[in-house]
Amino acid sequence: MRIPGIERDGSRHKTFSRRLALLGGGKLTLAAILMGRMYYLQVLESDQYQMLAEENRISMRLLAPPRGLVLDRFGRELASNRQNYRVVLIAEQTNGVADTLDRLAHIVPISPHQRRRVLREVKRKRPFVPIKVAENLTWEQFARINVLLPDLPGVQPDVGEGRHYPVGVETAHIVGYVSSVSEADLTGDPLLELPGFRIGKNGIEKVYDESLRGKAGNSRVEVNAYGREIRELARQDGQPGDDVVLTIDAGLQETISRRLNDESAAAVVMDIHQGDILAMVSAPSYDPNAFNLGMSTKAWRALVQHPRKPLINKAIAGQYPPGSTFKMLVALAAMEAGIAGPGHEVFCNGVTKLGKSKFHCWRHRYGGHGMMNMKQAIAQSCDIYFYDLARRIGVDRIGAMARRFGLGEALGIELVGEQDGLVPSKDWKQAVTGVPWQLGETLITGIGQAYLLATPLQLAVMTARLANGGMAVKPKLSRHRTPRERGDGSADTATDDGAGDTTGNRSLASDVGAPPIGISAAHLRVITEAMTEVVNGPRGTARKYKLDKDMEIQMAGKTGTAQVRRITKAERKAGGKLGKGTPWKERDHALFTAFAPVDKPRYATAVVVEHGGSGTYAAKLTKDIMTAVLRADPLSRSAVDMTSRGHNSGYGGSHKGGGGGDDTSNRGRKT
Amino acid sequence: MGRQVDLTLLQKLVQINWLLIVLITMIACVGFAMLYSAANGNIDPWASRQMYRYGAGLGLMLLIALIDIRAWLRHAYLIYGAALLLLVAVEVMGVVGMGARRWVDLGVIQLQPSEVMKIALVLALARFYHGMPMEEIGRIRWLLVPAALILVPVALVMRQPDLGTAILLMATATAILLLAGVRLWKFAVALGAVLLAIPLAWRFMLHGYQKDRVLTYLNPERDPLGAGYHIMQSKIALGSGGVFGKGFMQGTQSHLAFLPERQTDFIFTMLAEEFGLVGCIGLLSLYILVIAYGYAIAIRSRSQFGRLLATGVITTFFLYLFINMAMVMGLIPVVGVPLPLVSYGGTSMISLLIGFGLLLSVYVHRDVVIPRRPS
Repeated sequence: MRIPGIERDGSRHKTFSRRLALLGGGKLTLAAILMGRMYYLQVLESDQYQMLAEENRISMRLLAPPRGLVLDRFGRELASNRQNYRVVLIAEQTNGVADTLDRLAHIVPISPHQRRRVLREVKRKRPFVPIKVAENLTWEQFARINVLLPDLPGVQPDVGEGRHYPVGVETAHIVGYVSSVSEADLTGDPLLELPGFRIGKNGIEKVYDESLRGKAGNSRVEVNAYGREIRELARQDGQPGDDVVLTIDAGLQETISRRLNDESAAAVVMDIHQGDILAMVSAPSYDPNAFNLGMSTKAWRALVQHPRKPLINKAIAGQYPPGSTFKMLVALAAMEAGIAGPGHEVFCNGVTKLGKSKFHCWRHRYGGHGMMNMKQAIAQSCDIYFYDLARRIGVDRIGAMARRFGLGEALGIELVGEQDGLVPSKDWKQAVTGVPWQLGETLITGIGQAYLLATPLQLAVMTARLANGGMAVKPKLSRHRTPRERGDGSADTATDDGAGDTTGNRSLASDVGAPPIGISAAHLRVITEAMTEVVNGPRGTARKYKLDKDMEIQMAGKTGTAQVRRITKAERKAGGKLGKGTPWKERDHALFTAFAPVDKPRYATAVVVEHGGSGTYAAKLTKDIMTAVLRADPLSRSAVDMTSRGHNSGYGGSHKGGGGGDDTSNRGRKT
Repeated sequence: MGRQVDLTLLQKLVQINWLLIVLITMIACVGFAMLYSAANGNIDPWASRQMYRYGAGLGLMLLIALIDIRAWLRHAYLIYGAALLLLVAVEVMGVVGMGARRWVDLGVIQLQPSEVMKIALVLALARFYHGMPMEEIGRIRWLLVPAALILVPVALVMRQPDLGTAILLMATATAILLLAGVRLWKFAVALGAVLLAIPLAWRFMLHGYQKDRVLTYLNPERDPLGAGYHIMQSKIALGSGGVFGKGFMQGTQSHLAFLPERQTDFIFTMLAEEFGLVGCIGLLSLYILVIAYGYAIAIRSRSQFGRLLATGVITTFFLYLFINMAMVMGLIPVVGVPLPLVSYGGTSMISLLIGFGLLLSVYVHRDVVIPRRPS
């Protein structure tokens, strides 16, 4: 017996079953698609996704190596790395950034400018990234923050590494300074892109930047999606930068700086045989530490606009007419050309005529020097004598002699900004001005004026070459560089000196036999004897400034007074000397080049005082400088032994720390 | 009638398909393990709470399984009406969370009415077609009632907006209509209508973030740190798992937070990263077994209501897992659908177990013959 409803349900059931099979098939198809996709992602493309997952997970952090030191010749630190106490803030750990800053301001001064910067960075960066609030704190401030830390959630005291110049002002022009990396400095070295990294911007810091910098280390860290570090996977410490040892005697440098005081001046002391620059002072100077700490715009402007130009290294970038210090070369040129010997005599009545022009001697108002031979002419700096010599030999032969003594071309000292100076010639003037050379210009070239320009360094080199028997000594500032990690005394190819010789008076390989410039020894003796007369002779222009008797050493030298502008007729009538009322800017430059001891020369100096009035003023300074040089006698003391690491053992341990590294690298693990 | 139709409570308990419960529990355990891993080896906060919910849901499931299937038939429209009311309540006074209004606060519990509607719609449609003779099904006017039953809640869910649930409702309803015997050409017409409606929907109905998801799906690299970031990271996690995975709790993508929502919508990705292809196929197999059981239960039911109810529930289940897996593997746009029984979340867990309760009820009462028009 069948119920109609059941029968109808039967047909519904059949339809249902058919359709259910259809639906089931559809579902199986979809499941198969899912499996296919799994196979595609997890088998076929798996390698690529594994790589992407690793890229996600692993981040490389650079570790900045400690920067190499700059040392003076005795191992004294001129540029070192100092711990920089600073305070950072981690936004997510504070109870309100503004509130924390307010409380922190009671301990360390926070300027409104700093405050704005911090708040801006807080907004820009992720909340767990430490943000620098203040740096270069004093130990006292740092300690107070540490004590009050429980009340300052989110504040972290932190020790970074900063550059420090212990001598500072006195060696600023040589050592230079480091500062933040600018866009233009980027060379592709990833170190330069580290936040807070400093790069050499001037002086030795700039010239030797790459070797001082060292090689970056790196740390592979696991990071999460927000960039927070989870753990360090591997670490490779970088290579610390090499040290640079200078030829400078920092003590001497300081003494000379003090002596030059407020003058706008430059002084160079060099070893006449090796070319070591023992001191190179440019005054006034500046504090290189200020660049590192961050200088205010106002302070910067004050430096730039200072009338005595503290930022310029006048010893290499200041160019002055050599004035009478040039007369030795004119005399040498005459002797070497065979035109005039030491016995050549000229009568000086104070003035000489060339056509309608009159050329005066500086003793013009006293009626001149009278009869002069070559030594007398140098000792008393007779202008008329050298007008005569110059006219006889011509400017081109004078110029050729000047070049042999290092004038007219940069000497290649290891600093930036060295100037060429200028040694004129007939062709040069024609090419530059389009006007032919005038004979009158030859005359004033004979007394070191006209177009002649020389840097104090060039004058020192010139004097050294006169005093060392005519050897083409070249100035150098860095004795050699050393790789950091070298405990034993083994010779290393990285040094550029002769292996094994570690005494102070050792000869550097590149100096051994500086080539002679081919001047007769007899002629040179005439010049050095004349220079001795300048200081020690009864009528020498610098006779007032001979070295004190108790030194038992004599120095030789030559005064120079370089005109800054023409002397007017009226002034000449009034006495030919510039009066006391002359503005500073219009006074003559004072120059003095010297060497000592006269019997066995070792040191050469050049002193230039801008607008110093007269060469005798420079001689006065030189007397004190030379006395200091001879007392210190840096060449007789043994210099730092580069193969032993004694001088910086105190910081040897810091190498392992990886230095200032990426700020976040250490802290990420703590949180 | 060979077998006794009305069973005692004890008989019903014996009748319950315990193997199915074992399968479901196995899947839930996979979920607990993954939640334990997602919390970096902690039972809190996710795994423990998920276990409580599963326990509670299991009790509820057994309770529902024991209730006579005829009671469900009788109250199907009532339940549907209540669910619809709740949806309207969400519209009026719902709680806004995660940019959408999906929850309604009933004082004691917070309820997601769209979840209730998934079951209510199956019940209502099963009842409707249970009472519909085969000859009548073909008539257009008898299509209007189910169309209304489907489209009203779908429209309300779309307004929340919850595209995932709306699609789920539509797809489940379509499956029921298909099984009930609606002519295939009518589905073709409906499909055509939908295709025509897509540009209109794009223009007027979809929200900005929904459009964004579709665009992201079409080109995941379009904006790697924006909307496409999630799906890129999910694919990286899946792919880097390889055949055997990185090991339990060793998934770098998941544990370093590259994977978003690893405890909810993207939990399958985490499983894939840690257990590889083997783990994926394993879980998928468990799901397929459950679905096969559901089919067997449907076929053995002697009432159209039971058959439609069982297939409706199992289809919803399948759609959940398909949409979720396809989404995390980048096959379809990102829609917020959890992985059934595994993803962390109370509402979906409870509503799924209620569904399985109904499925079991169909099984327990498989021999009950229900007249088309219950007296």
